[in-house]
Amino acid sequence: MRNRDILLNGIIKENPTLVLVLGTCPTLAVTTMAVNGLGMGVATMAVLICSNIVISLLKNVIPDKVRIPCYIVVISGFVTIVSLLMEALAPGLYKSLGLFLSLIVVNCIILGRAEMFAAKNTVFHSMLDGIGMGLGFTLALVLIGSIREILGSGTWFGMTVMPSFFTPITIFMLAPGGFFVFGCMIALVNKLRQKNDSLVHNGCMNCPNVHHCHNAQEAQEGGCC
Amino acid sequence: MAFYLALLLDTILVSNVVLAQFLGICPFLGVSKKLDSAVGMGLSVTCVLVISTAVTWLINHAFLAPNNLGYLQTLVFILVIAFLVQLLEISMKKFIPSLHRALGIYRPLITTNCAVLGVTISAVDEGLDFLPSLVFALGSGLGFLLAMVLFAGVRGKMERCNIPQSFRGMPITLIAASIVAMAFMGFSGLADGIFGI
Repeated sequence: MRNRDILLNGIIKENPTLVLVLGTCPTLAVTTMAVNGLGMGVATMAVLICSNIVISLLKNVIPDKVRIPCYIVVISGFVTIVSLLMEALAPGLYKSLGLFLSLIVVNCIILGRAEMFAAKNTVFHSMLDGIGMGLGFTLALVLIGSIREILGSGTWFGMTVMPSFFTPITIFMLAPGGFFVFGCMIALVNKLRQKNDSLVHNGCMNCPNVHHCHNAQEAQEGGCC
Repeated sequence: MAFYLALLLDTILVSNVVLAQFLGICPFLGVSKKLDSAVGMGLSVTCVLVISTAVTWLINHAFLAPNNLGYLQTLVFILVIAFLVQLLEISMKKFIPSLHRALGIYRPLITTNCAVLGVTISAVDEGLDFLPSLVFALGSGLGFLLAMVLFAGVRGKMERCNIPQSFRGMPITLIAASIVAMAFMGFSGLADGIFGI
């Protein structure tokens, strides 16, 4: 099948940010500039690929009852590696991502894919899934970051792109602008998906906690981490 | 005293954990549909935040910092939080079963709530002392509770509105959150203005 399907699944059909609406905190917090979105996306993708591979390798070793703590240990190990690497190689980016680099640990895309995919599939397929989901996340972050940066400061990746008479709409760089642009992006995706008649936000179905979460029914629209 | 009041006011209103710092967005969007579940989630997050900040602060200053193990911060903190949430659950079940019934269902959501990890890490990163850290955690928790309660009210009103098809569900919720966040921007400079710090 399926190598191509697995790869494309994360980028388009089940885009973690715009379709599944997972990992909302970093999506809103770091997308004030396109380059921050790119940095966050790549860092998350690196963690996701590595943790998917390792968890898929260990899927027969980890006891079922303590799997979530085990996953968290694996993931936070890779988060530490990635943040140390970023501090050494891209100190500027490390500073502007700040706290949210550590918070990749609790990004539910990663825990969700570990539980939903890596724990059930082969190592190679898990790696492909990590690449696809990571690319989907990165693309969404760069897109939202670009819109906010262009409208909010008139630049794109630091280059001035808007004509000189354009007054930057600073609110797009602030918290309300983040919520607004993200909401509009999801609405746009919904509009495009309506043709396929598959307008379901199954955020909770991808959540690692769905089996323990009594709130899943109530929160199914949009989901929660 | 004025310092603590200013810190509390600042964390609740000015740099609100959800609406200004984007921490804990997922439960904010997911569990804010009904007022009672919003209050339950807000209270349990506040409780976990204060306790885990106290424990992680002590661990960091007694063990990690003196031994140059700062790079283990993320790993240790998330495990401590997961352990504490579990412990809180068990002890609440034993000693205050009524509260456990009321709050228990939110437990699985709290471990992976980035507000808890985010606040414990920033309390350490900003170099706050022990008592200010606790006030910071309490303020963040109360700010989360306030945002949840206010937003539950907004969403209650929204239920009766005729929303365009493609905006139903998540998009309109995010746009409502954007307006609430804009309202909270009105508080900027409040703590400085009152206490002159």
